[in-house]
Amino acid sequence: MKVTINVNGEERTDEVESRLLLIHYLREVCELRAANIGCDSSSCGACTVLLDGRSVKSCTVLAAQADGHEVTTVESLATAGELHPMQAAFRAEHGLQCGFCTPGMVMASIGLLKDNPSPTEAEVRSALEGNYCRCTGYHNIVRAVLSVAQQS
Amino acid sequence: MITATFEYLRAGSVDEALDMLRRHGDDAKLLAGGHSLLPMMKLRLARPEFLIDLGGLEELRYIRRDGDMLAIGALTTHDMVSTADLSRSDAPLLAHSASQVGDPQVRHLGTLGGSLVHADPAADLPMAVVACSAVMVAQGEQGRREIAADDFFSSPFETALREDEILVEIRIPRRAGIGWGYEKFTRRANDWAIVAAATLGGRIVLANMGGRPLRALAAETALAAGASAREAAALAPEGMEPADDMHADAEYRRHLARILVGRALEQARG
Repeated sequence: MKVTINVNGEERTDEVESRLLLIHYLREVCELRAANIGCDSSSCGACTVLLDGRSVKSCTVLAAQADGHEVTTVESLATAGELHPMQAAFRAEHGLQCGFCTPGMVMASIGLLKDNPSPTEAEVRSALEGNYCRCTGYHNIVRAVLSVAQQS
Repeated sequence: MITATFEYLRAGSVDEALDMLRRHGDDAKLLAGGHSLLPMMKLRLARPEFLIDLGGLEELRYIRRDGDMLAIGALTTHDMVSTADLSRSDAPLLAHSASQVGDPQVRHLGTLGGSLVHADPAADLPMAVVACSAVMVAQGEQGRREIAADDFFSSPFETALREDEILVEIRIPRRAGIGWGYEKFTRRANDWAIVAAATLGGRIVLANMGGRPLRALAAETALAAGASAREAAALAPEGMEPADDMHADAEYRRHLARILVGRALEQARG
């Protein structure tokens, strides 16, 4: 089947199998390999991207369901060599170690601040409950998100 | 994991979806948010030949007042149900229950109707709609019919919906200002309930104490006769035969039922 999806601001049309998952579409068809496949069962959040501006787990969405919609991945964030404030904050606050969860964590955090621009620490922790990090213990990630919220 | 192959069909209207269901019958499944069905298809627990995507039917995404009822379209997401002012004011137990489903990403796509027709006995929302005395509106070729939530869930993953029907609306009696309680016991964040309890207006309902949401009738009767929350809660598991499984044995589930119902009743008293 044919799908037309706006990926990171560019509309593209591809012939895909109906069972193709959005994460495989992004990684294999679009060659955008930042979003990772972790648990593959909508628990860990490593595959989190934005679909029409809301965070979703792309391992549990068909590419066909994104047909006619907008998908945003972490690759679109930095512009002209400048990190997005959320990326810069993760770096400044040491919000990553191995980096596997980071693309999903950053997209979930951006999604959170769109809905709730000045969350409390508890709200940040609760909003990131669907994103697992096995390195940092979360404290620095939460600090990074709060620092962006305070900047804006 | 990827699913087995299927033919993807996109419904442009409820009538078109009904027509597709009629043509493909047993071989078809309806796709709403996909957060119950796609995981099952990846595991080959579901293997439809035709997948009918309802995702584009914006006409089934709404929350509005209709007389004494709050009418919610079946494709309304958990995120909408848990955050909309109308559901928070008129159906606070349902709104709170929706906020306890999965995590934000799951709530952005998962739908109220999808969760209800999936009918997982450990899920939050089937329990909540029974506690709310909700009415399910099913649409088939012969038109619409209403099914009380009490009669909707028949056994694990089975409902009273006929194969040629689609759940289109959930109607909740508006209960602004009436006390309610909700308690869920899990071992890990985001997990399914080992046991959960909800109470509203004299009803007490338990999740995962059987193959469908069960009303704790002995406890309800005692409460109506003037028993204290503690006395009523002690009767909560009466007549129930919960499962023994790797998460908990039956006796532990009965213990949880008593504790959670007690706490939910205390909450409802506020």
